[in-house]
Amino acid sequence: MNNLSEFQISLLEKMKLIRFVEEGIAQRYHNGLMRCPTHLSIGQEAAAVGVAAALSNKDLALSSHRAHAHYLAKGGDVNAMLAEIHGKAAGCCGGKGGSMHLIDQSVGFMGSTAIVGNSIPLGVGLGLSLKLKRSKNISVIFFGDGSTEEGAFYEAVNFAIIKKLPVLFVCENNLYSVYSPLSVRQPANRVIYKMVEALGMKSAIADGNNVEETYNLAKNAIEEIHKNKAPYFIELTTYRWREHCGPDYDNNIGYRTEDEFQNWKKKDPIKCYEETLHKCGILSEIDIEKMNQSITIKVNASFKYAEEAPFPDESIAYKGLYA
Amino acid sequence: MNRSITFAQAINEGLSQSMSYDDNVITYGLGIDDPKRIFGTTTGLKEKFGSERVFDMPTSENAMTGVAIGAALNGIRSVMVHQRIDFFLLAMDQLVNNASKWNFMFNGNGSVPITIRLILGRGWGQGPTHSQNFHSWFAHIPGLKVVMPSTAEDAKGLLIESIFDDNPVLFLEQRWLHNMSGDVPEEMYRIPLSKANVIREGADVTIIGMSIMTIEAIHACEYLKKFGLSCEVVDLRTISPIDWDTIYSSVSKTGRIISLDNGHGNVSVASEVIARVTSQLWNKMKAAPIKLAMPDFPESTSPALTKNYHIRAEHIVLSVAEMFGKSINIEPLIADRNVPHDIPGNWFKGPF
Repeated sequence: MNNLSEFQISLLEKMKLIRFVEEGIAQRYHNGLMRCPTHLSIGQEAAAVGVAAALSNKDLALSSHRAHAHYLAKGGDVNAMLAEIHGKAAGCCGGKGGSMHLIDQSVGFMGSTAIVGNSIPLGVGLGLSLKLKRSKNISVIFFGDGSTEEGAFYEAVNFAIIKKLPVLFVCENNLYSVYSPLSVRQPANRVIYKMVEALGMKSAIADGNNVEETYNLAKNAIEEIHKNKAPYFIELTTYRWREHCGPDYDNNIGYRTEDEFQNWKKKDPIKCYEETLHKCGILSEIDIEKMNQSITIKVNASFKYAEEAPFPDESIAYKGLYA
Repeated sequence: MNRSITFAQAINEGLSQSMSYDDNVITYGLGIDDPKRIFGTTTGLKEKFGSERVFDMPTSENAMTGVAIGAALNGIRSVMVHQRIDFFLLAMDQLVNNASKWNFMFNGNGSVPITIRLILGRGWGQGPTHSQNFHSWFAHIPGLKVVMPSTAEDAKGLLIESIFDDNPVLFLEQRWLHNMSGDVPEEMYRIPLSKANVIREGADVTIIGMSIMTIEAIHACEYLKKFGLSCEVVDLRTISPIDWDTIYSSVSKTGRIISLDNGHGNVSVASEVIARVTSQLWNKMKAAPIKLAMPDFPESTSPALTKNYHIRAEHIVLSVAEMFGKSINIEPLIADRNVPHDIPGNWFKGPF
């Protein structure tokens, strides 16, 4: 097995880890042990994994309310994430943050925030700090199409351009902001990455359900950031399978059609990539089965860990206001 | 060594010394390197530290606050400045949802050492949207620190302390104080946050003030001496977290309190001070507390409409007189000021 094949297998493994963790959350959510708003990325795994594969642990990343995939793709600790969602002391925020506030600084995942668009300026600030410190690393900001309607997005893009900051903007366009389609939020002929290009930032687009295409685009974008000493914007088209917030499907409530969902499901980033690797002879059916089993065992163990972990002492609710 | 410099020069010196001391300190704001240099507070900084550490910024108050927060997460201490606090309102999302909560929300994994200098306008027709005071808003948000210096010496020492504090600090400078002079040590020094200063000792009544209110209180205190009344003036210095111990200790002694505020009176810092003092020291109170604050109306622009809008020394004198059942003539106090009511002194020719 060569390096390329190993890399390709690692991409599939990472996507599966995210999928299995989130399916695990969905299956267990109604047990009432995960008592916080939870936004699942199921269907969007390739975007996170493709970009993260082009990064090092020293590149700094931030994300939004839908952050599980980005945190895990960047290498964030599974136990700490699930413990956090269960409100446990061993969680990455000691139970203070929940699903929407994930952090693992050891792998450069600097945090995720729950207000649409408000981690974007922070990512630009991280870029500013890297430039001031003469670092070779970059800052990466994961956000959705809805964020590009926020004033802070334009302010942040503008500043990143004028200061030539090493920032990769990653917009996952999943077509909806909660239940509002793009058609009621942005002009019909707008192409987000083209608009950003018009603002003065180099931009490109890729199929966000294709992990290799996403990886290649991100890798190229990072090379451009270093070469041009300027930020770069990528748009990744993708689709959220489950409800905006929570574990269930919501195609029945009328904001999108079952047909649309089924069409996107055919483009399942994991199934498609698994088939590709199988057809190329990189993975046999037995290999796939083994991979599924080993990830399942790991994920189940993490849920067990999170469920059995102790709650924090109530006193910490009144500690740690100031550094 | 001490020598007399202005409040604005003290700010400038504090910034300059902080930037020399630590390369991670940067400063930016709209107009920071323009010909007027933020009322002289940023004079010479760009020349000394270069445009990478001292830079003008786009008119993007919210994102630039976020940029400061993001840079802080990787060790950069930003000092952002806005020529009016009113302009900073666009940044409430970043301030309240990110800066104030980061350390708590992520359980100590990353704090936000930023300082935001906000200038409070007054007089010369600054009007409804260039003369507001929002310290009580900020004090309402756990996780922020709110500093309001009243003297040149404090301005420098508190600014340096704010810059090297590991938390988000809002540093509120009253525009009228910028040209006020005072003795300021030349060396770099820090004054601790959350420690009030008993700036005048007295026995009969405690006057609690902040920023320019403290200056008015000192004038009132000096005037009241002539009438045999001894005032203790407590300068809060930090509005949040506030130094309750010093407040309680002073009011325990005097049994009387006049609580000043240069914001609107409704739900103000002065209200909170009275509420807590009354609750804590009920049995020691000799008179009903008095609150003196701006009216609960926006400030008008015309000088004809602002004559009695702000709390001045004479209002404090009258309140103390009322507390002691005395009649005191305030005309000499007003006459002594010798400048129109809408300027701090004849040096101020507007427009900003």
